[in-house]
Amino acid sequence: MQTRREMLARSATVAGLLAGAGFLPLSAMAAWPQAAFDSKNMADAVKALGGGAPVESKDVSVSGPDIAENGAVVPVGCATTLPGVKRLLLLVEKNPSVLAAVFNVTDAVEANLNTRVKMGQSSNVFAVAMMNDGKVFFAAKEIKVTLGGCGG
Amino acid sequence: MSDPMRIRAQAAGDKVTVRVLMSHEMETGQRKDAAGKVIPAWFIQEVTATHNGKTVLTADWGPSIAKNPFLQFVVKGGKVGDKVAVTWTDNKGGKRTDEATVS
Repeated sequence: MQTRREMLARSATVAGLLAGAGFLPLSAMAAWPQAAFDSKNMADAVKALGGGAPVESKDVSVSGPDIAENGAVVPVGCATTLPGVKRLLLLVEKNPSVLAAVFNVTDAVEANLNTRVKMGQSSNVFAVAMMNDGKVFFAAKEIKVTLGGCGG
Repeated sequence: MSDPMRIRAQAAGDKVTVRVLMSHEMETGQRKDAAGKVIPAWFIQEVTATHNGKTVLTADWGPSIAKNPFLQFVVKGGKVGDKVAVTWTDNKGGKRTDEATVS
């Protein structure tokens, strides 16, 4: 026999699991995607945002310097020529938090964004394009860092 | 409160290139101060850009974004005189909105 208290505790756990897995899209969309930013690699981050397995594509590009002198400020950009983009992601492979930024693009802006990230050490930078039809494409570029930007 | 953002929006043809420079510490929560205590994370989590009041871009950022973040994007179908506004919210609930006119 289940008591009411047990029942409540259990449903709270289930709700937490669902939210973590991205099965509550309405609430998950409004809030900052904690799970995606906690993930340790690209596939997990994409999965946390509800995408499938990423496929490398020439139509997605990631721009940046080959060698960055200062890891605290590395100019990077992500772009795609494919139509129907829902999100563009920027990831730095060897940072403590792999996911750097998620851009939810609309039809009114070009799928071409530039920003600046911090890099702890030389690593691959990924640009990931999540499409409206659920497909996920990515591109990678290695950026060498002379001076890391995540230390104290 | 925080310093204002610097927003520059320039029209070229029917496209408007918007460059935003926000003023924010972007603490990762990984660094330690002189006494060896961890400096708590403090970074911009959400950025929203509007063009003439209509949201055109939203972004979720992590602590990997550099200090005093820079963002560049291109709005399609913009023209001189349009209004571009950018809002950010950080993980401590801080918020700031600034507006610029396309030139």
